[in-house]
Amino acid sequence: MSREAMMASIRESLGRTPGQAISAPPEARIRIPDVDEESRVGQFLAALEALNARTFVAPDAASARQYVASLTLGKDALASNAPLLRELGIADLDGVRCGITQLDALREHAARCDLGITSADFALADTGTLVMFSSVEEARLISLLPPVHVAVVPRQKLLSGLDELFALNPEPARRSSSMVLITGPSRTADIEQILVRGVHGPGEIHVVLL
Amino acid sequence: MKEITAIQPQLHPALDNPKLQLAIYTATGRLVDKRKGTVAEESLPDYQELRSQANALKRHAIDHLDYYLELFQRNVEANGGKVIWCRDGKEVVDFLLGLAKQRKSKVLVKSKSMTTEEIHLNEHLEEHGLEPVETDLGEYILQLAHEKPYHIVAPALHMTRYEVADIFEEKLKIEREEVPEKQTQIARGILREKFLEADIGVSGANFLVADSGAVVLVENEGNARLSTTAPKVHVAVAGIEKVIPRAQDLATFLKLLGRSGTGQPLTVYTSFLAGPRREGEIDGPEEFYVVLLDNGRTKVLRDADKRQALFCIRCGACLNICPVYRRIGGHNYPWVYSGPIGAILTPQFEGLDKNPWLPHASSLCGACGEVCPVKIEIPRMLLELRADIEAEKAAKGEDKLEKLGFQAWARLMSNPMLYRAASAAGSWVLQDAGDGGWASQLPFFLNAGPTKGWLSQRDLPLPAPKSFRQLWKDRLRQPPSSVPVRQQDATDEGHSA
Repeated sequence: MSREAMMASIRESLGRTPGQAISAPPEARIRIPDVDEESRVGQFLAALEALNARTFVAPDAASARQYVASLTLGKDALASNAPLLRELGIADLDGVRCGITQLDALREHAARCDLGITSADFALADTGTLVMFSSVEEARLISLLPPVHVAVVPRQKLLSGLDELFALNPEPARRSSSMVLITGPSRTADIEQILVRGVHGPGEIHVVLL
Repeated sequence: MKEITAIQPQLHPALDNPKLQLAIYTATGRLVDKRKGTVAEESLPDYQELRSQANALKRHAIDHLDYYLELFQRNVEANGGKVIWCRDGKEVVDFLLGLAKQRKSKVLVKSKSMTTEEIHLNEHLEEHGLEPVETDLGEYILQLAHEKPYHIVAPALHMTRYEVADIFEEKLKIEREEVPEKQTQIARGILREKFLEADIGVSGANFLVADSGAVVLVENEGNARLSTTAPKVHVAVAGIEKVIPRAQDLATFLKLLGRSGTGQPLTVYTSFLAGPRREGEIDGPEEFYVVLLDNGRTKVLRDADKRQALFCIRCGACLNICPVYRRIGGHNYPWVYSGPIGAILTPQFEGLDKNPWLPHASSLCGACGEVCPVKIEIPRMLLELRADIEAEKAAKGEDKLEKLGFQAWARLMSNPMLYRAASAAGSWVLQDAGDGGWASQLPFFLNAGPTKGWLSQRDLPLPAPKSFRQLWKDRLRQPPSSVPVRQQDATDEGHSA
């Protein structure tokens, strides 16, 4: 009812008729800069540090595991089901819970634990961004409810920026119901423009680059 | 401070409050500086090209809005979501009431949405016994204080930590806390409970992506992510003008929005949400609705030129840079949208006759147009609206006095005798009206009505002791040798000799 009324009103205002063809839209503007892997790593780490995120470049699996172990020591952590975390032995660390696929159990643990550990589908070098698609491997709440988020990312996932992300994923909706870009710790400046971290999401982020 | 009568009497509180003036000035100044750094040549060399692209995309989408809304709806449905078309706020309220009843839920968590402010959604839901909870920190503070947002991006920009302490102490019945970090933690604790309790999460939308059936939300705190992830139902309320053609166009818009709004290359969280949780996904809402709101937008579409006001992506850059907004603040604008963009949106939504002063509340310095990331020609729109307002007045015959005035003026200016008499009378009237060369008010018998209003904001230069005509006459009367010659002229003569 309202749909028909609104559509009729829109068409009348625009002078268009139902089913009328449209002129071609402006071409999408995608410009991927030519940045080699070393420079991407440099940009990514610098951007993250500027955001007050902690970074660690892991030369091998053992050192990645060791770094995460230093964070989970004596803590209660929840790891996502990303195969990478199992391969690296992070899922088996003391105090780390992994393998949850039920919503209720996920909510309960994510709301209670001290740390959430995930991987990421991509990372964007120029802005220090993690890109996460929701799936059975990556639940949305693990990077959101705990006060600390630890992300372990292979350096092959490092893209130059937004343009490369949308060139590789022209239709993110085909892949998942949710794609989230995370750029640094949760923050606000709502009171007197004073920067406060850790409002609703994690106030602390660690990125381990493999 | 000078008496203000010409604009609006309610402006006094903002202008007479030095603390508030300082708060607005500091906050907007900081946002201006941050923006400048992130759009500068060295950090974003193709900024101007991005602006042009964003403008072209918005123009295309708005000019073919029927097509893109249909495409959007088809794709939302393909993702398993639903689109609800609402002509006005009442239809949105009715829909949400039905939903709350069906889910037997009382608490709704809300993330920041100017569109829901437009229709006073919270008040209406509260009237029906529901409990909508704003979860953006600034919005939460304002909801407790029963105030409307002061700024599109920084809603509680006008409040100090001490005022926040007062509000928390009074409304939350807690011990006084004046440190922003701790105030934030208090809000986090209370709102975390609400997120986990609520069955319905209501968000706005920064973009609706037609080719994906997706809602895009841009934020820093994580409350929009929580509102759209934790509850079983996600409802996004969006104006119909928010639609963009493709997901790939976000590569343009996202680069502009964060930079223009808060000076961030990207805000902390950007959520691209395409429907309810899918099979295999562990979390996310079971139901996904997009409410498409008209509320006057189809009316604004009618004007092919001025419909560009609908290109706005609500970054707030034009507010921060505006010399008028920076003086009078956000609450002196009559509608939810303040600043220069508010001055061109409000008259188009609410009618030209409602706040005819609004398009005049601008120095026409042009700064708003220069910082607009989607290149809305705000200064020109202000002029067009001023012209429309005058034309409407003329059509109603409300310009009779003005016409008469200008007829008299024309008469005066085209008749030398009358002109001389009038200027002599003017000199006489003004001779004692001020000091230091400026008159700030006229003698009492003229100090009323429009002249009083005009002079309340301006000073009039006092007439020179002798008019130009008089000086010219004197010069002609004197012998040539006694007329002083400027140094420049003397040298020129020397050369030619």
